[in-house]
Amino acid sequence: MKRPRFGAWLAFAVGVAYFAIPLIGTVEFSLRIRRGTYSLDAYGNVLSDPAFWNTFGFSASAAVATIVAGTLLVVPTAYWIRLRLPGLRPYVEFITLMPLIIPAIVLVFGYLRLYNSSSWLPMTGAPWSTDVLMVAGYVVLALPYLYRAVDTGMRSIDVRSLTEAAESLGAARSTILFRVIFPNVRTAVLSGAFLTFAIVIGEFTLASLLDRPAFGPYLQLVGANRAYEPSALAFIAFAVTWACMGLIQLFARDPAARSVKV
Amino acid sequence: MSFLAIEHLTKSYGSNQVVQRFDLDVKAGEFVTFLGPSGCGKTTTLRMIAGFETATSGAIRIAGRDVTHLPPNARDVGMVFQNYALFPNMTAAGNVAFGLKVAKKRAADIKARVAEMLDLVKLPGLADRYPYQMSGGQQQRVALARALATSPKLLLLDEPLSALDAKVRVALRDELKALQRDLGITTVFVTHDQEEALSMSDRIVVMSEGRIEQLGTPFEIYNRPRTRFVASFIGTLNIIEAKVVDARAGAIRIGGQDARVGRQVSVADGADCTVALRPEAVSLQDPGDGCNRIGGTIQDVSFLGAVVRIKVGVGQARIMLDRFNSPGLPPPSPGERVTLHFSPDDLVPLDAA
Repeated sequence: MKRPRFGAWLAFAVGVAYFAIPLIGTVEFSLRIRRGTYSLDAYGNVLSDPAFWNTFGFSASAAVATIVAGTLLVVPTAYWIRLRLPGLRPYVEFITLMPLIIPAIVLVFGYLRLYNSSSWLPMTGAPWSTDVLMVAGYVVLALPYLYRAVDTGMRSIDVRSLTEAAESLGAARSTILFRVIFPNVRTAVLSGAFLTFAIVIGEFTLASLLDRPAFGPYLQLVGANRAYEPSALAFIAFAVTWACMGLIQLFARDPAARSVKV
Repeated sequence: MSFLAIEHLTKSYGSNQVVQRFDLDVKAGEFVTFLGPSGCGKTTTLRMIAGFETATSGAIRIAGRDVTHLPPNARDVGMVFQNYALFPNMTAAGNVAFGLKVAKKRAADIKARVAEMLDLVKLPGLADRYPYQMSGGQQQRVALARALATSPKLLLLDEPLSALDAKVRVALRDELKALQRDLGITTVFVTHDQEEALSMSDRIVVMSEGRIEQLGTPFEIYNRPRTRFVASFIGTLNIIEAKVVDARAGAIRIGGQDARVGRQVSVADGADCTVALRPEAVSLQDPGDGCNRIGGTIQDVSFLGAVVRIKVGVGQARIMLDRFNSPGLPPPSPGERVTLHFSPDDLVPLDAA
């Protein structure tokens, strides 16, 4: 029994080292802005830069908009496919996987050709409409994660008989969707939502080529012009991601389970 | 005047007719059961009444209103499903209140009605439980309360007891029947369990391959099965091949011995026919005049506790009979010669399958 145990620990140690060493290196480097001593000055510089807060706020708003739009698109679609069009499932799955195969740069070039200021629908003509275009692009990028999460969530409930039960009680489609289906895939929607958040926060290609003041281009700008601050920023980005994961864990717990009366 | 009228109802998937010209009239307050093996079309018929399947042709009327082309949410029927189908995100009270909320009832009325319904299904203390905190039997009671809360015109039960374990099933069966009788709600029940069908129904519709095989009271279905299918599907039965001697007089020969049938036989003299005989109708003691007497040899004896099942060979045929166990009377042993006694009325000629 000793040997396999040792092997398992070795594999674990290698795994931890693979992830931890670069991170520790980054943190260590970010603390060395002053010669000969550790300090948090790099973090102070980042956090006191109004551009950091502006771009972060912009990206966070874009992420929330993406989550709302994506959820309203994906949940009814996944529901309808499960209920009435199961034959279309493989095709829809394939379509939702496309963003993983086609790079964002292709998507954004397509957008720029279709919606430039001299086109039939000049979406890039004004900042607000460009934002709409960007969020639409983010919804596409988030599709693989959002659709899969929601579809898995729907697998765990009996969509058909819940729908039929609600129908026989007199409920209309919209009531069924918002009162029965949504609450029961809430956990799945949330985990998809936080993945979406993490994707949108760090997204560079779309924001940069549409020239929007997002966090991704800001990261790139700082990375290109400063020495220590990029490491601090990288660590902050990691922390944000972890916070997202933590939130998933927190919200993933059923509210029903928390209110158990024993 | 029938409360639920089904006329020439047909359902096809492509060229496959799963329900063929189904006709049924159900009186108000009646408890009618669709009984049959899986794939006989009973559930499809129920789902057409509920509106989850669209009829290929035919008409369905509930309380005089044609509902054939109405969506399920406009039909005013309550439905209970095999897998309970409770909303997992709502408490028992929330589930029961759902239909009332959809109907936009006042909050105070909803609260009173929910309490009343949970009382009715004997779960007054479980209003705040979520479905996963309840047993199967409790969940199905909540589902029943939910279906009844909106006072539907018709209650549809799709194998509601099949997912429960044996003890709960029997208890809930009796309660369900009592509740239905008290409320006087017209009910259609679907099951493949003949015991459930016999014990609960006012009338049974026995179905096979999309057609109605026989429609009648449990007593009729059990004692006077019309077809071989019904006879073999319901209860244990001897199916005996016999030869007709005189069709008009009901004289036949079983294993080379004369017997009489209480009714005319619709087969020509000299032809083969099939008769059914319930094991409990056969006796080893002589009850008196007018009964058939057939000699045979005991082949097998199974002791089942309350009854002893004896298999007797009569020529080529084999006749099973049930005798109550009696401590003073040890079961006979194989090889013994015995005489079987049964009334001519208990011999039921079956239509050719």
